[in-house]
Amino acid sequence: MSIFVDETTKVLVQGLTGSQGKFHGLRNKAYGTQVVAGVTPGKGGQDVEGIPVFDSVAEAVEATGANASFVAVPPKAAPGAILQAAEAGVPFVVCITEGIPAQDEALVFNRIKRDFPGTRLLGPNCPGIISPGKCNIGITPGEIAQGGGPVGIVSRSGTLTYQALYELKQKGIGVTTCVGIGGDPVPGTSFIDCLEAFEKDPETKAVIMFGEIGGSAEEEAAAFIAKEMSKPVVAYVAGVTAPAGKKMGHAGAIISGSKGTAQAKMDALRAAGVKVGLNPTEAGELMAEVVASL
Amino acid sequence: MDLFEYQGKQYFARFDIPVSAGGVADTVDEAVAQAELAGYPVVVKAQVQVGGRGKAGGIKLADNADEVRTHAGNILGMDIKGHVVKRLWVEHASDIAKEYYASFTLDRAAKLHLGMLSAQGGVEIEQVAEENPEAIARVHIDPVDGLTEEAARTWVAEADLDPEATEGAVDILLKLYRCYVEGDADLAEINPLILTPEGKVHALDAKVTLDDNAAFRHPEWDEFRGLEVRDARETLAAEKGLQYVGLDGEVGIIANGAGLAMSTCDVVNQVGGAPANFLDIGGGASAEVMANALEVINSDEKVKAIFINIFGGITRGEEVANGIVQALDRVDIKAPIVIRLDGTNAEQGREILQPHLSDRLRSKPTMLEAAREAVELAR
Repeated sequence: MSIFVDETTKVLVQGLTGSQGKFHGLRNKAYGTQVVAGVTPGKGGQDVEGIPVFDSVAEAVEATGANASFVAVPPKAAPGAILQAAEAGVPFVVCITEGIPAQDEALVFNRIKRDFPGTRLLGPNCPGIISPGKCNIGITPGEIAQGGGPVGIVSRSGTLTYQALYELKQKGIGVTTCVGIGGDPVPGTSFIDCLEAFEKDPETKAVIMFGEIGGSAEEEAAAFIAKEMSKPVVAYVAGVTAPAGKKMGHAGAIISGSKGTAQAKMDALRAAGVKVGLNPTEAGELMAEVVASL
Repeated sequence: MDLFEYQGKQYFARFDIPVSAGGVADTVDEAVAQAELAGYPVVVKAQVQVGGRGKAGGIKLADNADEVRTHAGNILGMDIKGHVVKRLWVEHASDIAKEYYASFTLDRAAKLHLGMLSAQGGVEIEQVAEENPEAIARVHIDPVDGLTEEAARTWVAEADLDPEATEGAVDILLKLYRCYVEGDADLAEINPLILTPEGKVHALDAKVTLDDNAAFRHPEWDEFRGLEVRDARETLAAEKGLQYVGLDGEVGIIANGAGLAMSTCDVVNQVGGAPANFLDIGGGASAEVMANALEVINSDEKVKAIFINIFGGITRGEEVANGIVQALDRVDIKAPIVIRLDGTNAEQGREILQPHLSDRLRSKPTMLEAAREAVELAR
């Protein structure tokens, strides 16, 4: 099994006629993902290499039965595109767009939570999700992912998500699903959402988690792992040597306290029983040990 | 983008938040002119983006032109924790009965806006937060609903401000929230927010951090630019639109994605080297961006080796390779380059690089091996 997406997932691409949407949408299709529609307002009736394009998400859903959306539109248009997918009842929306204003993200997140609780948003500013051999939505290069499980991957940083897949593939370890949640201030899907889903997924036996400095998502994940996770977790946190992020006035210091540094995050994860690697390769090696002992 | 106090006050004024009458001055004569306009007594304030200005002697009260001359002369050029004062803000001095604290920012954990208000504002607010957290009244605001007047009133009551401050505080909080949301700020903070003996509430300081992602809908932000404090390398990188932070080591780093760039710094450090910088070329970087990145790194005299670490997703390997080849043609790269290229179209990229490989441009299959090679070369 896998989490969130599998071989039955039918994907529509918002922005399929744009350069990013076309390049990655077609790559997702070439990977074997069911890419059934594109949406670009004003371009309904056209097609992109045989994939029909519709004016709205609602039309695309009605015509094709799409149950996931891949949002690949510029930052100005992305909040509206995400909400359009939610309004059309799409249960899973992946947004790769980088550079959406934080105010818009906070508004979109809370609107979906309140008005469209049936929709899960992944991202924005994330690489997407891949259940190897079944479905790839987003910009993850599919060839670096080995399928079959038993490991689930969740990562906050795009390129580190690929690094995680790559480290496991080098060691011959398969993946059930790899989720890149993105590093923006208000991600639609959190570490905890993914950990919870992996805990419930019978084929996932262990989870590898890649975090980074800033915010408190890793600390919250650590608290969840300590309380709710029975499966082993391996982690890596990027930014041990990176310059400390700018302190955002007094408010930043008041909210985060001592949290936010890579060291604090690693300490919290270790205290929750997580094995922490000091670089991606070491995390891969720790996961190899975990898998060998399963 | 962090605003200076005077820019923050100008931004506040756009949202009708009351601030003291005042103006900026870059010379002693300008300071005197601004003081005459504002009316004595005035406060002469150093404009630097660092805390502790007052304790460093960067904020002085002046009753007449002679005192303004003395203080402005002393403060201009003063070094406050490594920040040299180039500009002053001169404003009419306020009588202060009470100092409060107010701010809005995003609570990333709650995924809601967070307002904080305290009757114990002033320079010691962080200490208050630590020792007496209940002295800060916090309110979570759902961005869908916004801050209502009723909620603001309840919040002010919880913060236990003086009764005569209630109306003024409610009014300012509603305006500050608008400034935070419509003004696309990551942080909008007033410390101190003062109550005058006449019962007026107004902002005596302004701390505003703008969300750079929202710049596309704020053409008025252009006037704030060009004044940010940066070293020469950071200025060059900013001109080229690159995410760059200067560090002190000898291994120049170029990576795609903030996470991988940070991880690259970590790995260089772990194998015994020191990163010269953090440079994220971002997603979907073109050949031009890669060439620009190499130019910025090349401008750093301390760099003895360059480590390019690319894992392509949205960034395509052949673009990265073309950028490196272009940069080699365009500029004389002083340090040897070690590249690790994986992911989208990596094979095409490696083929493009193949004929150019030499002692000056090496390719390594893994991040660790490439880091070791770069650190070795830097010695």
